[in-house]
Amino acid sequence: MSELIIENLHVSIDGKEILKGLNLEIHAGEIHAMMGPNGTGKSTLAYTLMGHPAYQVTEGKITFKGKNLLDLATDERARMGLFLAFQYPVAIPGVTVANFLRTALNARRPAENPISVFEFRTLLMEKMRLLKMDPQFAGRYLNDGFSGGEKKRAEILQMATLEPEMAILDETDSGLDIDALRIVAEGVNALTGPKLGVLVITHYQRLLEYIQPHYVHILFDGRIVESGNADLALHLEEHGYDWVREKYAPVNA
Amino acid sequence: MTLDDKTLLEGIGENNYGFKTPEKYVFKARPGLDEDIVRQISAMKEEPRWMLDYRLKALAHFQARPMPGWGPDLSNLNLDEIHYYVRPAESQGRTWDEVPDDIKETFDKLGIPEAEQKFLAGVGAQYESEMVYHSIQQHLEAKGVIFLSIEEGLRQHPDIFREYFGTVVPYSDNKFAALNSAVWSGGSFVYVPAGVEVELPLQAYFRLNMANIGQFERSLIIADEGSYVHYVEGCTAPTYTTSSLHSGVIEIIVRRGARVRYSTVQNWSTNVYNLVTQRAKVFGDATMEWVDSNMGSKLTMKYPACYLMEPGAHGEVLSMAFASDGQIQDAGAKMIHLAPNTTSKITSKSISKGSGRASYRGLVKVRKGATGVKSNVVCDALLLDPHSRSDTYPVIEVAEQNVSIGHEASVSKVDEEQLFYLMSRGLTEEEAATMVVSGFIEPLVKELPMEYAVEMNRLIQIQMEGSVG
Repeated sequence: MSELIIENLHVSIDGKEILKGLNLEIHAGEIHAMMGPNGTGKSTLAYTLMGHPAYQVTEGKITFKGKNLLDLATDERARMGLFLAFQYPVAIPGVTVANFLRTALNARRPAENPISVFEFRTLLMEKMRLLKMDPQFAGRYLNDGFSGGEKKRAEILQMATLEPEMAILDETDSGLDIDALRIVAEGVNALTGPKLGVLVITHYQRLLEYIQPHYVHILFDGRIVESGNADLALHLEEHGYDWVREKYAPVNA
Repeated sequence: MTLDDKTLLEGIGENNYGFKTPEKYVFKARPGLDEDIVRQISAMKEEPRWMLDYRLKALAHFQARPMPGWGPDLSNLNLDEIHYYVRPAESQGRTWDEVPDDIKETFDKLGIPEAEQKFLAGVGAQYESEMVYHSIQQHLEAKGVIFLSIEEGLRQHPDIFREYFGTVVPYSDNKFAALNSAVWSGGSFVYVPAGVEVELPLQAYFRLNMANIGQFERSLIIADEGSYVHYVEGCTAPTYTTSSLHSGVIEIIVRRGARVRYSTVQNWSTNVYNLVTQRAKVFGDATMEWVDSNMGSKLTMKYPACYLMEPGAHGEVLSMAFASDGQIQDAGAKMIHLAPNTTSKITSKSISKGSGRASYRGLVKVRKGATGVKSNVVCDALLLDPHSRSDTYPVIEVAEQNVSIGHEASVSKVDEEQLFYLMSRGLTEEEAATMVVSGFIEPLVKELPMEYAVEMNRLIQIQMEGSVG
């Protein structure tokens, strides 16, 4: 089974410790939400799982499908089935969405067996329909001049096309109006199922109205301080994060 | 369906650019250059007297003129070691069947017959110094379009040839134009009658196959009033151990209201000195476009030029240079505004990898009296390594007040965040870097005919192999 197991994870950036002993297990078929105030390490967790070179793991371990993820480069993690929907997707001028996705798909296939032009075209069109995207979109340069909503939709299109086993959605709701949020959430819901594990990272509860999590965690000061079911998110919606700060504030802060 | 075929076909097709075919030739001049050799060349081509005289005048000029004192270092180029004339086969092939087998084999490896089927309006393929195969589709002939080897152009159309030859690039222009004018051999002669539009690109493939052979192709393209033609020149070459010289001259006349596009995919092997003079005279309301990509050679000096002769003339250069380890790409453009209300645009994309140096060297000149001129220059450089280097030498000479000249330059590195993003989708670091580079030159590649675009992307992949990790 595809399971992601994070044990006692400590991560620093530029010598400053951000994650201070995080533990989490996500199994196939589960949807976890990671919530928390800004600056508590949510995005650090996302980048670390994907292997961004700026984030140093100083202690702890991460296994995915039984393999030590920390031994693997970013691209190897991706080819194993890990996917990160970026909070700030990066523009690649001159590279069309279609060309990029075909290259990414072929990176997962044996070199002697690339996806045929016809097969790819059919697949891409099907996924774009699912996300209610104009077919013109495939010919645009990746994230180049995209609106906030287009960028997020393009991330979910990539997820839909690459069919990962474990997807991390980093603040996918940020910058989206309510219609865009609904379309993106519906897209994600269409992809969830017994084979996919999902980690939804979000500051607000509103995304969770559309994507129902099985588990909700609160990240604070580099650690998971509370875990529960969807009710925990509702509690946060009602009461905000102040009680978390009061309860778990570092002693010497 | 909006996925264009260029996008979908990218990366399809394999090619091996390092092969060699055994040398076979019927005449090879001794190395070095003197009057005897020039006389021999002219005699073998059975040229009229005026052409021999022209060659001899050019030779005298070449010998008198010093090596260029500007630009990249040419001191390792030994002009006495070059063979200035090699003729590979007895006669010129008119049909594919008449082309000798070993030459066909070389073309096969370059994929020419396939390319011909779909896209060729006519074929001019240059094997060493002579056009050996040249064909033109019948519908072109019916329209009165002339597409011949330069030698046949001189033989069959002496009047029009003499009227235009040497009028755009005179032998006295520069040392290497003089050299070419003395020893030229091979190249294309194109005439498009007034009002005729040639829908499919005319293509010529060039190939060097022997060590120390100078290749001095000469092309003359005349687009009569209101006509249109796209000429494509693509080069690949095998690898050698000693230096070769390629010094071509391309002359183009774009008459009133006509439009000419000249596209080059240059991939000489990395021992070749590629010193080329390309120039167009552009008349009233006519447009000249140079699409110039330079990937190969040891050293390239090439600055496609437009002389904007009459009001309304427009010139464009879209230039790409990729300098890998040990290569110097000194590329650019010249726009000479000689008349009022002429416009020009230069877009330069240069990529430097390892010790490679890709530079932009350009001139925008506005003559006194040329009012209302508009010119815009954009130079983007992409550096692939911390120690790679790119230089920009823009020269702007304006002798008139009422003009608008823009110049923008940018230098960027392959961005870590771009690489991380692409790698997070499963691309290796090398594939990711290749993709960023392909995107960088996309504005040029999309202007090329499809099979060249495919080849360009393949060439970029080859250039990027082993570039990271």
